[in-house]
Amino acid sequence: MTGKNLWMVRLAMTVMIAMLLAGSSSVKASGSNNPPAAPAEVKIDNFSFAPQTLTVAAGTTVTWTNRDDIPHTAVSTDGVFKSKVMDTDEKFSYTFTKPGTYPYYCTIHPKMTGTVVVQ
Amino acid sequence: MTDRKQNLIDQGMQDLNNDGIDRRGFLKCMAWAGTGLVWTMSGGIPVSRAFGKAIDHGAAKGGDFSFVQISDSHMGFNKPANPDVVATLQAAVDKINGLPNHPDFLLHTGDISHLSRPEQFDTVDQVLKSASAKDVFFVPGEHDVLDDNGKSYLERYGRNAQGAGWYSFDHKGVHFIGLVNVMNLKAGGLGSLGGEQLEWMEKDVKQLKHSTPVVVFAHIPLWSVYPDWGWGTQDSAQALGYLKKFGSVTVLNGHIHQTMQKVEGNVTFHTAMSTAFPQPQPGKADSPGPMKVPADQLRSVLGITDVNYVRRQHSLAVVDSNLV
Repeated sequence: MTGKNLWMVRLAMTVMIAMLLAGSSSVKASGSNNPPAAPAEVKIDNFSFAPQTLTVAAGTTVTWTNRDDIPHTAVSTDGVFKSKVMDTDEKFSYTFTKPGTYPYYCTIHPKMTGTVVVQ
Repeated sequence: MTDRKQNLIDQGMQDLNNDGIDRRGFLKCMAWAGTGLVWTMSGGIPVSRAFGKAIDHGAAKGGDFSFVQISDSHMGFNKPANPDVVATLQAAVDKINGLPNHPDFLLHTGDISHLSRPEQFDTVDQVLKSASAKDVFFVPGEHDVLDDNGKSYLERYGRNAQGAGWYSFDHKGVHFIGLVNVMNLKAGGLGSLGGEQLEWMEKDVKQLKHSTPVVVFAHIPLWSVYPDWGWGTQDSAQALGYLKKFGSVTVLNGHIHQTMQKVEGNVTFHTAMSTAFPQPQPGKADSPGPMKVPADQLRSVLGITDVNYVRRQHSLAVVDSNLV
């Protein structure tokens, strides 16, 4: 292998690893030997969930973090998951095993809504 | 005859009999009731005066009385917007105790605690013991019914209440209705009273005379202050519908941590300041979260609401004063 080819292989591998690390939330499961999906995060700032719609692979653990000075919750509209009240900097995690669309809201401030899409 | 002329005649009639009933003229007024202003209702027209130039009630006559509304004490809150909510609640009580007319009782319109914890309720109860008025009537805010669906709130404050904590009582000829609009909130929605409570309320007011002054108090505003921030109650129109027959209705709310007033027909809506921290004016910030003001200005944006009932005026005078 020439030095140039080796460099190309290294570059391609680096890009693939970077894509896996950064874009894991959008990687579709394509086989049974895939590693567990990387965790995903929802931040709560200024009475809103960000991202408002989060798309993840099945098996992903999603963690909500409340960064407001006011407590919030993240509760599934369909009763699938329900956080305790999160005070400032407190977190809640839930692992999504089945594909589907999961709308949720803050039961204290119901104008705050979000969705997790599991592929 | 034009509507305008008819309104003027109606208004003139009211000025003569001053009973606040049969107001055909429809007055819709939304105003920022700045701290230190006195609002009274006279013939349907809200009149403001500088605080301190008191309404001349003369000597308190039999049947006249006052009560004080406090709100949003958020006991347990300790963020930069107010690191000492115990001290500001105590300042509110001191203010109450210094009022020229001693109030007969206090109304607390919710968010007593910040996180519904027993020790937070305990602290509020303890501070309020130093108030000259010993009776305190509560309704819950959303912060008082976290996690346990309001169970601990009801155990403590709901002994004489129905359902999720609503109730009514009479005091010197005025009918008071405490409503709960912070339970079972639906995704994307506003405050909610719910069918069971509305049914109860309809029955509760049915037997009252039209001339009975009615005071309704609840945490979230029963009028649409700013729905984008959830500052409204989705089924409040139904509740207000039951009150149409009454000549004098005063609606007292909290939740938005600032004073705001609106007069619509026979109903005066008023929101109280918090004793803990201010919130921004509707839409004037990214969110309705606690607003940090310079420490030396905090007490100028916190306060109490003194409500005076004078029988012959058939209206209630609402007086906001800050904690400075």
